[in-house]
Amino acid sequence: MIPAAYIEIAVILLGVVVLMFGTFSPGTDTRVIALISAFGLLAIFVATFYVAPMPAATTGGFWSFYAADTTALVFKRVMLATTVFVLLMTIDYVPVVRQYLGNSTTQRGLGEFFTLPIFTCAGLMYLVSAVDLVMIFVSLELVTISFYVLISLTRRNPTTLEAGVKYLVLSAMSTGFIVYGITWIFGVTGQTNLQKIGDALSSGGTNQSAALLGLLLTLVGLGFKIAAVPFQIWVPDVYQGAPTPVTAFLSVGSKAAGFVVLLRVLQPFLILHNVGRLLIVIALLTLIYGNLAALPQSNLKRLLGYSSIAHAGYLLIGVACFDGRAVTFYLIAYLLMTLLSFAVLVIVAQQTGEQIDNFDGLSQRSPFLAFAMLVSMASLAGVPLTAGFFGKFLIFMAAIAQHQVALIVAGAIGVACGFYYYLKVVRAMYWQRAANMDRIPVSGVSRLAMIVLMIGIVWLGVYPRPILNALNAKDRPVMLSGSANH
Amino acid sequence: MLLLITLSPLIGALLILFGAPARRTALIAAGVALAATVLAFSQFRGNSGFNFVTSLPIAPQFHLSFTLGVDGLSLLMVLLAAIVTMAAVWFAGTVERSESAYYICLLLISGGTIGAFASLDLFFFYAFHELALIPTFLLIGIWGTGNRSAAAWKVTIYLGLGSFVLLIGLIMLYQSLPAASRTFDIRQLKTLAPQISPVAQQNIFLVLLIGFGSLISLFPFHSWAPEAYASAPAPAAMLHAGVLKKFGLYGLLRLALPLLPAGVQHWTWLLIVLLLGNIIYIGLATIAQRRLDWMLGYSSVMHMGYIFLGIATANVLGTTGAAALMFAHGLSIALLFAIAGEVRKRTGTLVFEDLGGLAKVMPLAGLAFGFGSFAAIGLPGFANFAAEIMVFFSSFHRGWEIGRFHMFQWATLLALWGVVISAVYMLRAYRATFMGSMPDRWKDILDLKQSLRLPLVLLIGGLLWFGFFPQTLVRVVSPAFKASLTIPAP
Repeated sequence: MIPAAYIEIAVILLGVVVLMFGTFSPGTDTRVIALISAFGLLAIFVATFYVAPMPAATTGGFWSFYAADTTALVFKRVMLATTVFVLLMTIDYVPVVRQYLGNSTTQRGLGEFFTLPIFTCAGLMYLVSAVDLVMIFVSLELVTISFYVLISLTRRNPTTLEAGVKYLVLSAMSTGFIVYGITWIFGVTGQTNLQKIGDALSSGGTNQSAALLGLLLTLVGLGFKIAAVPFQIWVPDVYQGAPTPVTAFLSVGSKAAGFVVLLRVLQPFLILHNVGRLLIVIALLTLIYGNLAALPQSNLKRLLGYSSIAHAGYLLIGVACFDGRAVTFYLIAYLLMTLLSFAVLVIVAQQTGEQIDNFDGLSQRSPFLAFAMLVSMASLAGVPLTAGFFGKFLIFMAAIAQHQVALIVAGAIGVACGFYYYLKVVRAMYWQRAANMDRIPVSGVSRLAMIVLMIGIVWLGVYPRPILNALNAKDRPVMLSGSANH
Repeated sequence: MLLLITLSPLIGALLILFGAPARRTALIAAGVALAATVLAFSQFRGNSGFNFVTSLPIAPQFHLSFTLGVDGLSLLMVLLAAIVTMAAVWFAGTVERSESAYYICLLLISGGTIGAFASLDLFFFYAFHELALIPTFLLIGIWGTGNRSAAAWKVTIYLGLGSFVLLIGLIMLYQSLPAASRTFDIRQLKTLAPQISPVAQQNIFLVLLIGFGSLISLFPFHSWAPEAYASAPAPAAMLHAGVLKKFGLYGLLRLALPLLPAGVQHWTWLLIVLLLGNIIYIGLATIAQRRLDWMLGYSSVMHMGYIFLGIATANVLGTTGAAALMFAHGLSIALLFAIAGEVRKRTGTLVFEDLGGLAKVMPLAGLAFGFGSFAAIGLPGFANFAAEIMVFFSSFHRGWEIGRFHMFQWATLLALWGVVISAVYMLRAYRATFMGSMPDRWKDILDLKQSLRLPLVLLIGGLLWFGFFPQTLVRVVSPAFKASLTIPAP
C-alpha cells in the first residue's frame, strides 16, 4: 500500500521534470513531452488503486487539513484521468498554440502548455482532499492561478486575451468572497476545520445568522467555480476564448473540484435553516438559464459553455437533495462525455471552425469523428444506455425521493431543451452537406483516446455496477444525510 | 433464446457499423430474430408465468438488473416486432445515401423495441425504448420527405419530453414502495403493489398516462404522429407506427393495470374522454386529409382509441382484445405504409387529386393495399375484426345494468361510429389511389418486385391467420391477464 500523500507529490515531481525537460532541451518533439506527461499521470492513476484510504488526523497540524477518504480517492482518479485526456488533446492543439506564440520553429513556450495542466491537476487533487477551509483556499488558488496562465496562453489571439482578463478579474473577485466568507465563519465558530465547525454549530451558542452569511459568501465564490447562476456570466466568453483543451479542463476539472468542495463545505451547515431552500433556488435558476440560453447558440464552444451551466444545474439538483453518490456519478459521466466532445472539437475546429455550421457533413468527411460526437451528444442529452442517462436517472431519483416538484419540472424543461440543442449538432453532422468534402485526418493517439471515452460512456450507461460499488464503500463523509433514502 | 432475439438486431447494427454489407447483414439479423421468435412461440408455455428468463444484476443496491423474460403478452409483441422488422428491412431496398447508416438506424429501432418488450426490469424497459429516439431523428431528418426537418424536430422533442415524464412516473412507482422492498423487477413489483397507497396510485397513474400517452399519440398529445409518419421513409414509418408506438400501450397493460388498480379506476373517466377524442375527433380529421401519407398517419392515431378502450375496460376480455388489436394494427398499418412508400417511390406524389387508377399498373400493390385497408376497417376474417369485437363486447358489458347506460356503454356506442368513419376514409383512399382513371405519365410504372411478395405474405398471412383462428392468439395472451387484473367495475 502506498501512503496517500505520495500521490500528489508524485504529480508535482512529474510536473517539475516536464518543466525542466521543456526548458533545457527545447528541441524535443512536443509529442514526446506530452506523451511522457500523459503516461506519467497514467502510472499515477494506476497507483491510486494501491493507496490506503487515510482519514484526516484529529490531532492538528498539516494532516488534519488533508483527508484521503474514498470520495477523495475517487475524485483524485477523476482529476488524473481528466488531465491525461487534456494532455492528449493538447497534442492536436499544438499548431494553433504555435501560430499565436508567433514562432513556428522553436518549441519555446510550449513547455508550460504541458506542465501547467499537471500542476493544476495537483491543485485539484489537493482540493478534493481538503477538509479545512485554509487548505481549501490554498489549493483553490493553486488551481486558479494555473488557469490564469493556461487560459491566456495564446495571448496574441484577441478573444483569448479577453477571456484571460475576464477570468482573472472575476476569479480574483470570487476568491475575495471566499476569503471573506471564511473569515465570517471563523469569526463565528473559531474554527477552520469543517468537522469542528459542524460541532461548533450544532452545539448551540453560535450566532447562526452570521454563520449563514459566511456560508453565503463562500457559496458566491464556489458558485463561480461551478458556474451556477447568477455567477455564470464569465462562462460563455471564457469558454469560447480559451484554448480548447483548456476549456475542456476548465469545464470538467474545475467544476468537479468545485462540487466536491461544495459538498464538503455544506455538510456542517445543513443544520442551519434555509440552506436547503437556497440551494433549490440556485439549482432552479441554473437549470433554466443554462438550458434556455443554450438554445440559440451557433458556436459549438459557446454552446458547450452554456451546456456546462445546464449540467451544473442538474448537479445542483443532486446537491439540493443531498445525494453525494448521484452527484459523483453524474460528474464522472459528465467528464467522459464533455471530454469526448471537446476532443472532437479540437480536431474539427482546426480544419473548419468552431461554428456548428462548420460540422456540416462531418459524417462524410470523417465517419469516426461524427460517430464520436454523436455518442457524446446523445450522452449529454441523456439518451438511455449512455453514462449521461444513468447520471440523470440517479439525480432525478433523488429529486423524486424528496418530492422536489419544482426541480423536477425545471429538469423536464431542461431535458427537452437539451434534446434540441445537442441534436442540432447531430443534424449538422448527418443531414447537412459540406461544401468541402476533404477527409479530416485523425491521429492514432486521439483515435485511441476517443475510443476509450466512448467505451467508458457506453459501459457506464449499460453496466454501472463497478462504479456504483466503488461509491458505496463504508466511509463516505461527503455523502450527505439524505442518501440513506435509497 | 430471448437474448438472441433481442441482441440479433443490435449485433447486426454493430456489424454494419464495422463494415459488413448493410442490406445482407440487416436481412440476416432480422431473419434470425424472426426465426428465433417463432421458435420461442412454439415452445412457449402459457400458464407458467414468465418464460425464458435470464438475469444479470446491474446495480444491486437499487435492485436493478438486466432481466429478460416473456409472458404471452410480451411474446406476442416480440412476434409483432420481429415480423414488422423483417418486412421493413425487406422493403427498405437500396438506399441512395449512406446505406449502412440507414440500416443501422432501422435495426436499432427494432432492437430497442424488442428489448423493451422482453425486459422484466423497469430501467431497461425504459432504456431500450429510448434507444429508438435518435435513429428516428436521423431517419426522418436524413431520408425523410416533405417538411422533414420540422417533423424530425417535432417528433424528437415530443417523444423526448414524453419519455422524460414517463421516467418520472416510473421512478415514482419505484419510490412509492417502502425503502426496504424497492425493486425495479416487474415480477416482484406485482406482488408488492398492494402496498402502494391509493392516492399514490392515482398520482403515478396520471403521470404514466401522460408519459405513455404522448408516446402512443393519445389525444391531445398526438400532433407529432401524422407529421412524423408522413415525412419518415416507409420502413421507419412501418416500424414506428407498427411497433414502437405499441410500447406505450404495452406499458399501460404491463404496469398500470396490474400495479395501480386504484389509479386506473380513479382516472377511467379521463381515459374514456381522451380516447373518444382519438376515435371521433381524429377520425373526422382523418377524413379531411388530402394526402395518403397524412391520412395513414392520422388513421394510426385514431386506431389507438380502440386499443385504449380495451385497456380502459380492465378486464380479461377487453385487455386480451386490446393486445390482439395492437398486434393486428401493427401488421395492417405496416402493410399500408409499405405500399404507400412504394407508390411514392414510383409516382413522386401522394396527393389524392394527382393519384388514381394505379391498380392497372400495380395490381399486386393494389391487392395488398386492399387487404390492408379492409383489415384496418375491421372486416371479418382479419385479426382486426376479432380484436375489435372483443374490445366492443367487453366494453359494452363493463358495468352493465339493465335499462341504464353508464360511461362505458356510451363510450362503446360512440366508438362504434369510429368503424364507419374508418370505412369512409379507407375506402376513399383506396378509390383515389388505385381506382378511377390513371394519368398517362404513369403508364410505364412497374409493379412491386416479385421478391417483395414474401414480406407481403408475412404481413397479410399474419392478419388472416389470427383473423380466422383468433383462439391461437387468445390462448397465449389471456393467461397473462387472468392472474393480474383486480379492478372492480365502476
